[in-house]
Amino acid sequence: MFWRMVAGTLFRQSRKMLLIALTIALGASLATAMLNVMLGVGEKVNRELKTFGANITIVPRDASLIQDLYEVEGDEALPVSYLQESELGSIKTIFWAHNIVDFAPYFTTTVQVDGQNDSSISLTGTWFSQHLSLPTGEEVDTGMRNLRSWWEVTGAWADDAQDGSAMLGAVVAERWGLAVGDTFTVSGTEGRSRELTVVGIFSAGSDEDERIFVPLATAQDLADKTGLVSSIEVSALTTPDNELAQRAAQNIKALSQQEYETWYCTAYVSAICYQLDEVITDGAARPVRQVAQSEGAILEKTQLLMLLITILSLVGAALGISNLVTASVMERGREIGLLKAIGAYDGAVLRLVLAEILIACVLGGIVGYFAGLGFAQIIAQTVFSSDIEINSLVPPIVAVLVVLVTLAGSVPSIRLLLSLHPAEVLHGR
Amino acid sequence: MNILELKDVSRAFGAVKALQDVDLTVGQGEWLAIMGPSGSGKTTMMNIIGCMDKPTTGSVILDGVDISKESSKSLTTIRRDKIGLIFQQFHLVNYLTALENVMVAQYYHSLPDQEEALEALERVGLSHRARHLPSQLSGGEQQRVCIARALINHPSLILADEPTGNLDEANEVMVLDIFKQLHSEGSTLIVVTHDPEVAEDAQKTVVLEHGRISSKR
Repeated sequence: MFWRMVAGTLFRQSRKMLLIALTIALGASLATAMLNVMLGVGEKVNRELKTFGANITIVPRDASLIQDLYEVEGDEALPVSYLQESELGSIKTIFWAHNIVDFAPYFTTTVQVDGQNDSSISLTGTWFSQHLSLPTGEEVDTGMRNLRSWWEVTGAWADDAQDGSAMLGAVVAERWGLAVGDTFTVSGTEGRSRELTVVGIFSAGSDEDERIFVPLATAQDLADKTGLVSSIEVSALTTPDNELAQRAAQNIKALSQQEYETWYCTAYVSAICYQLDEVITDGAARPVRQVAQSEGAILEKTQLLMLLITILSLVGAALGISNLVTASVMERGREIGLLKAIGAYDGAVLRLVLAEILIACVLGGIVGYFAGLGFAQIIAQTVFSSDIEINSLVPPIVAVLVVLVTLAGSVPSIRLLLSLHPAEVLHGR
Repeated sequence: MNILELKDVSRAFGAVKALQDVDLTVGQGEWLAIMGPSGSGKTTMMNIIGCMDKPTTGSVILDGVDISKESSKSLTTIRRDKIGLIFQQFHLVNYLTALENVMVAQYYHSLPDQEEALEALERVGLSHRARHLPSQLSGGEQQRVCIARALINHPSLILADEPTGNLDEANEVMVLDIFKQLHSEGSTLIVVTHDPEVAEDAQKTVVLEHGRISSKR
């Protein structure tokens, strides 16, 4: 009889029940989409943020000490020793190798440019786009081109294989009156000279606009330092720091064995730096703090925004349900009064009304869940240009949320229902 | 033996006194008609006897129990077990068939029994319309479904509020015939009406005016 009455209401009040189901479907679809995107967004936002450059630099240990002592960064702390170019491939062999998106070595030296009045200028050799075949059998394409995606380049990017090609910063190119295709001669500190051809002029919007970039081998040759590099930039996908990561950064020896293993096996920027130190001889890897912290902050804020949208959509659904169910109970006042008059307790009437609403909401929730999966893919395609993985945590979370929102939205109608007296409603008072 | 006894019953709604110092007894198997003009307190008295309201002062003894002191939940139980309600507006659940409307009362009382519900409809001459919705029944048929629902749990007291108020003459006769039959079988009937013809069939009549019993017959 109970289910006959529930079915009777569902079918004969189908329009109202459809509206309730639709309301919860909208809320559930938004919650599903946002939760899936929120739980899957970490990696995607991380990858997006990697387009803004490296978040780890590796320098020789003594240069790192100078940086620590005098709080200087970049080329001001020119190394007195160097890193080995032959060890670069090892970067892709660390525990978190798959999180290393890109890396590029740099060899910076000072050169004189023939025919120009400048006393000296920085010339940096690098890998622009290098293909590596690792001993592990893995094929890797890496280089500075991906780490400087925001450069505006006139002409073309230099080719690593084309010895003597150069990219000029926009400021020096203008100062020297050089254009793409022009040639100029530079002299290194070891008395070696090379004629370079301008293949591209870049605008970086930083002091890099006053530099010359050439293939790594060209710079090493000018300084007579074949096989050596002065620093390495690494772009890695990282997990935002937490209390454990902060303690590890302060003193790794203070961690217990279990904490150490947890830290080592989590993609904290400090853990990845530690692993890079292990594979680069005399290298000191350190996070570019501003970038690493900004990434964490942006990720957290993005997730917070999605969480707020989820909460607001559910609050909206609860309000919608509240209105619809209250209207339904008011419309059915006489019927509810009659049931009470012929012997139904408040609890029995409550179970009947809640069963009807919950069925409508569960159906709406199922429809909303699948619609939400579609929305999640649309959001992922629109914002990140890729699919998003369906998170198995989302269905139980959405199910619990649907029930909670339904119950919360039903509270006003439940109060109204309990306050209905059969004598009043049956006699139209 | 009295099945119902009202002692000094008053009911006030704020400053308005709907019932004042009413004394009344109804014996087992008696048929009582309560008459009076609009606003005389008939419906208030019916609500109190029907356990849907409580007196402000006084006591109401139904089947040996003082219902004026019972909780709302206890009143629901008493209403379910002892009283069969018949309304002027029928008050059938519009999405349930005639049979299901009778079974609803069984469901909240004990267990639905389709055979017994069909017998109740048979008793009011409606077994052939058991599968029809209220919207497919005439006013007289709806009232007979309402009577079948009131009878299904074998109540101690059948309480009817203007049972013929919305019926044509033919259906009025039909309903009154059912009441006569119930009375002859020993059921206790209290019928609230303003129709003297309906009251004529009752053994006892009380007339209410301004919340007081002005006359008894």
